[in-house]
Amino acid sequence: MTSASPASPVDELFERTRSQGRAALVGYLPAGFPTKETSIRAIEAMVEGGVDLVEIGLPYSDPVMDGPVIQAAAEQALAAGSRTTDVFDVVRATAATGVPTVVMTYWNPVERYGVERFAADLAGAGGSGLITPDLIPDEAGPWIEASGTHDLDRIFLVAPSSTDERLAMTVDAASGFVYATAVMGVTGAREQTSSLGEELVARVRAVSDKPVGVGLGVSNGAQAHEIAAYADAVIVGSALVRCLLDAPDETAGIEAVRALARDLRAGVERN
Amino acid sequence: MTQAQPIYSQPDATGHFGQFGGRFMPEALVAPLDELARAWTEAKADPAFTAELDRMLREYANVPSPLYEAHRFSEAAGARILLKREDLNHTGAHKIRNVIGQALLAKRIGKPRAIAETGAGQHGVASATACAYLDLECTVYMGEVDTERQALNVARMKMLGAEVVSVTSGSRTLKDAINEALRDWVASVDTTSYLFGTAAGPHPFPSMVRDLTRGIGDEARRQVLELDGRLPDAAVACVGGGSNAIGLFTAFIDDADVRLVGIEAGGDGVASGRHAATITGGDVGVLHGARSFLLQDEDGQTLDSHSISAGLDYPGVGPEHSFLADTGRASYVPATDAEAMSAFDLLCKTEGIIPAIESAHALAGALDLAKELGPDATILVNLSGRGDKDVHTAAEYFGLIDEPVVLEQGVEE
Repeated sequence: MTSASPASPVDELFERTRSQGRAALVGYLPAGFPTKETSIRAIEAMVEGGVDLVEIGLPYSDPVMDGPVIQAAAEQALAAGSRTTDVFDVVRATAATGVPTVVMTYWNPVERYGVERFAADLAGAGGSGLITPDLIPDEAGPWIEASGTHDLDRIFLVAPSSTDERLAMTVDAASGFVYATAVMGVTGAREQTSSLGEELVARVRAVSDKPVGVGLGVSNGAQAHEIAAYADAVIVGSALVRCLLDAPDETAGIEAVRALARDLRAGVERN
Repeated sequence: MTQAQPIYSQPDATGHFGQFGGRFMPEALVAPLDELARAWTEAKADPAFTAELDRMLREYANVPSPLYEAHRFSEAAGARILLKREDLNHTGAHKIRNVIGQALLAKRIGKPRAIAETGAGQHGVASATACAYLDLECTVYMGEVDTERQALNVARMKMLGAEVVSVTSGSRTLKDAINEALRDWVASVDTTSYLFGTAAGPHPFPSMVRDLTRGIGDEARRQVLELDGRLPDAAVACVGGGSNAIGLFTAFIDDADVRLVGIEAGGDGVASGRHAATITGGDVGVLHGARSFLLQDEDGQTLDSHSISAGLDYPGVGPEHSFLADTGRASYVPATDAEAMSAFDLLCKTEGIIPAIESAHALAGALDLAKELGPDATILVNLSGRGDKDVHTAAEYFGLIDEPVVLEQGVEE
């Protein structure tokens, strides 16, 4: 594994939020949903609302980790003709806002595009790394190599079911931050956040000081505040996607995204 | 290929068959998959477990199935055809071997609930059957399209006490049922076993399903040797996900002189783009937890498959088949809907056996192979399932009824 890589934009972000004594807010939206142009505007609104790090979803036909909201968005994006290359355009526009930008993707589209080529194009577009929900370090040899070459962060997931041994191995292979899935289940807003999250973060802290983001289930500022008390980042996806999915029109959807981002940001900043 | 070959031992400890297989799954499922792999390794080495499984297969599932020499079909084919009669198993297909084993393992590891996916309904029916027999709660995921066109099997599953969940996402067929079952499993893994329907998916499913279906080939090998004193020239089976084919092939992999031929669903023809011939017409990629051949577009999005047989209508294939294709040990060729239905008709008329349309693909492959190998050849064909469930599809295909199809089921290879 490569070592002593320069601090990435993600590393710098967490240095800053840690020094401010707060958790970072990570917001997810899929590229190309409902259209490429609107997805860019929605992401810009999300950043204006206060998101510190943007996670851009690459729409995929078989997203097994995602619940109905994100899957519906992915289906619409694909039906509207969204392509892998469109994701890089969205990354480029997002990175231009100045926030660190990572892509969240299932593995097959990356492999199909070419692992090295994907890494090169992602870095070229200003992306900082990749979240890989179905790629565990055990199978990630080519990605570890390509991400090292292009100074991209590799954000692996840990779960409440991870054994101590797997947790340590996964955290060791990760860079940027560690994505802790706080519930056993797929993405989707939940009324109550899980107590499993705090326990999982503590287990990561026991083996590493890498930042830990907690995701799955957060939909409002109060929940974000609760998680911000113990995590380095609060990750919100489905609730933001739902703003666009449920809105009567695109303008209203984008405004709803902005408003939710503000609420969430207030949640992570509240003491 | 007359020189000695190393004894076949696949996969490796991490579930890789060469470049294929592995585990492309959410981290949340890795520990449960590890637990399952460990439990299966222990169970298959435990004489009490294997004795119990053998007893259940014998007394309940009607295994071993007979080997039958199809004289009149052979005459028409122009070579000697032996049929492994998996259609005579309880529930009408090879599926019961796999499911009884996985359900017994679920009991052993203390999981009170089982989930399964089904396309054509046959694996769902087998799962509901095994769960009723072993007192497990059972939920079966089925694409909405399949629940509509296969209402009879939905009723059968419900009669057997299973809950059937209609999946409305994606293409609303088998691949989406698998996605939904995986989502259930991520949230319920403490109490729930996933009874995977074919020799695909993440490690350990491909090798575990193979272990559970290899009785097909082990029995057939013994039966052919008893009958002829020699091995067959070829062993032929249909391939969707590939469980009946891997079950047959495994017994012969080290017998270099036995040709192994998998018959894929050619649909309207591979060139038409409307098919489910994953190895013939697909590319290497990752789907449902394993690297294998799959039908995908240039961005790696899964393409819809097509076959007259709902049971073969799956855009992926088990990783061991990809390995056997890649190494040349087995060959995979497509049979079109029309070729399969012609073989279906021939078996009905010459032998009085109505095969599953899945199995009719294997018969079509055997007819082609007979032309190539000639009258002295012996071709072993896995008749993986019976065709009662396909009667409406076949009747409509042959113009024997005026009404549109309302019932159509398959073995879901």
